[in-house]
Amino acid sequence: MTTLGEVRAKPAKRISGLSRGARIVRSLTFFVPMVIMLGLVFITLFAPLIAPYDPIEQHMLERRLPPSFFEGGTTKYILGTDHLGRDILSRMIYGGRVSLSVSLLAIMITAGIGTVMGIASGYIGGRTDGFLMRLTDIAMSFPGLLIAMLLSVGVGPGFWTVVFALSILGWAGYSRMIRGEALRLRNSDFVMQARVNGVSNIGIMFKHIFPNVVNTLIIIMTLQIGMMILAESALSYLGIGIPAPTPSWGSMVSDGRNDLDRAWWISTFPGIAIGLVVLSGNFLGDWIRDKTDPRLRRL
Amino acid sequence: MSEIVLQVENLHTSFFTRGGEVKAVDGVSFFVRESETFGIVGESGCGKSVTALSIMRLLQEPGGRITGGKIIMEGTDLVPLSKKKMRAYRGRMISMILQDPMSSLNPVYTVGNQIGESIRLHQALPDNMVEPAIIESLRLLKIPTPETMLGNYPFQLSGGMRQRVVGAIAMSCRPRLLIADEPTTALDATIQAQYIALFEDIQKKTNVAIIFITHDFGVVAKMCHRVGVMYAGKIVETAPTREIFKAPQHPYTSALINSVPRLDRKDERLFSIEGQPPSLLNLPPGCRFAPRCTVARDTCRQQEPPEVNVGNEHTVSCWRVK
Repeated sequence: MTTLGEVRAKPAKRISGLSRGARIVRSLTFFVPMVIMLGLVFITLFAPLIAPYDPIEQHMLERRLPPSFFEGGTTKYILGTDHLGRDILSRMIYGGRVSLSVSLLAIMITAGIGTVMGIASGYIGGRTDGFLMRLTDIAMSFPGLLIAMLLSVGVGPGFWTVVFALSILGWAGYSRMIRGEALRLRNSDFVMQARVNGVSNIGIMFKHIFPNVVNTLIIIMTLQIGMMILAESALSYLGIGIPAPTPSWGSMVSDGRNDLDRAWWISTFPGIAIGLVVLSGNFLGDWIRDKTDPRLRRL
Repeated sequence: MSEIVLQVENLHTSFFTRGGEVKAVDGVSFFVRESETFGIVGESGCGKSVTALSIMRLLQEPGGRITGGKIIMEGTDLVPLSKKKMRAYRGRMISMILQDPMSSLNPVYTVGNQIGESIRLHQALPDNMVEPAIIESLRLLKIPTPETMLGNYPFQLSGGMRQRVVGAIAMSCRPRLLIADEPTTALDATIQAQYIALFEDIQKKTNVAIIFITHDFGVVAKMCHRVGVMYAGKIVETAPTREIFKAPQHPYTSALINSVPRLDRKDERLFSIEGQPPSLLNLPPGCRFAPRCTVARDTCRQQEPPEVNVGNEHTVSCWRVK
């Protein structure tokens, strides 16, 4: 049995119990991912200015050079070169461009479709809701990566194929979450008030429901960045992503597969980049979620 | 006598549920004049709010439907109107203040934005005229410093202020009819009195007809010109307020009036009506109030009483009244 005193003491303890160190760690989980993400955006925007070499330029005499800080490396190629003598740093900078643009496009498309479907489903209800939610169920039950692979193989690889492949099922998560929100908002007093004022259903969905789900939307979108980058890398790794010679982190990891024993850096650096960005995306998403709407923690 | 703004004739509204047809409003007739406040009083679940929603044509489809009767607003029957035409009436001709005005404001928009929505929707005003119109409606509701109020978000306002903003939205297009569905229930007594005074002032300035829905006879006494007493989906008695307090004809009306606590009658237990209102799915054959009525006779239990006019706009449905 807990006594009243103990119950009372608990929350107080938690607030004061958060030590200085813990608070610093907590703020770091926001600060570090933010810096990484902003860095990525900056690098991709100014890739041609930052990258020391053309990413597809081959230096056949300087193949598989180790990074500059290792034995045998030169400062000419800071992160070394791959099996065709291409500068790994430059390739990573350009590769980030591909990863980021593909995932951002896919996120915007999926978020757009998911939001429209979610709001329509939750607000209109009835048969529309039933139909759209069964559609969502179907989309959720398909193995996303497999479908994306089938598509890439079927349509043929390319930038837009990858975007399309990543978007085709990704909207389901949005529509499910947004529907729940819309369902709650539909019965709220301010929606009734809008109806009383003579606002049309379309107007209510746009002007009254949508602004109130934006919070949720932003949270899911941020959480999706990591997933999308990972999925894009997976497709590229399997050779059905962006076609060579355009660099992409996934295909770079794949390129170094055969040289893992003698030139580990070819795969490792892009791999680290994927890991860092995905982790940053997830941390950032968590942080925004906790800051704006802690109720969504079960997500 | 001033013009009749709204006339409801033999209105029937039903909800179709698995258990059968629930006749929430079963043959209700009344009218409201310009500059007049008509009160609808009754217990919870007697059909007051459903009557209001029927007038607004905002019943939840597909469950609720108007199954008969007319709702005539200045010569036009609202019942057969298309959805689009009805939308033009809402907010423009008829406005409504909901039961809980505290949460009827959208948290993401400023006050000015929300009042402006109605104005832009219903009046073809040039952009530079919208803001003066918003300020004017805030003034009508006696909101201090309307210019600064425009940019405020609902969460920055007190409950009483939010209430007034909701009122300003309702009055923004100068409707002919305002339906207020228990707007004072969530307020404390002091604010309630202020709010009622405010409505009287608005009515004087705009000649708006008001339908005031409440379960509180005290509020009726302060605010309404005429009253309809509703019981189990029917209006059992309609009369001018003064008369209904002086000489209530229906046993239910007198019972309700007796249940209002009064300061001038001390040391008495508060009167209460025995029993509960009948289930709308399973109505008694005769008068609906008969099972709870202390003076019911055999006729009351077998046949529904007709509506009798007892003079001076006073009608009552009871077998005891001849």
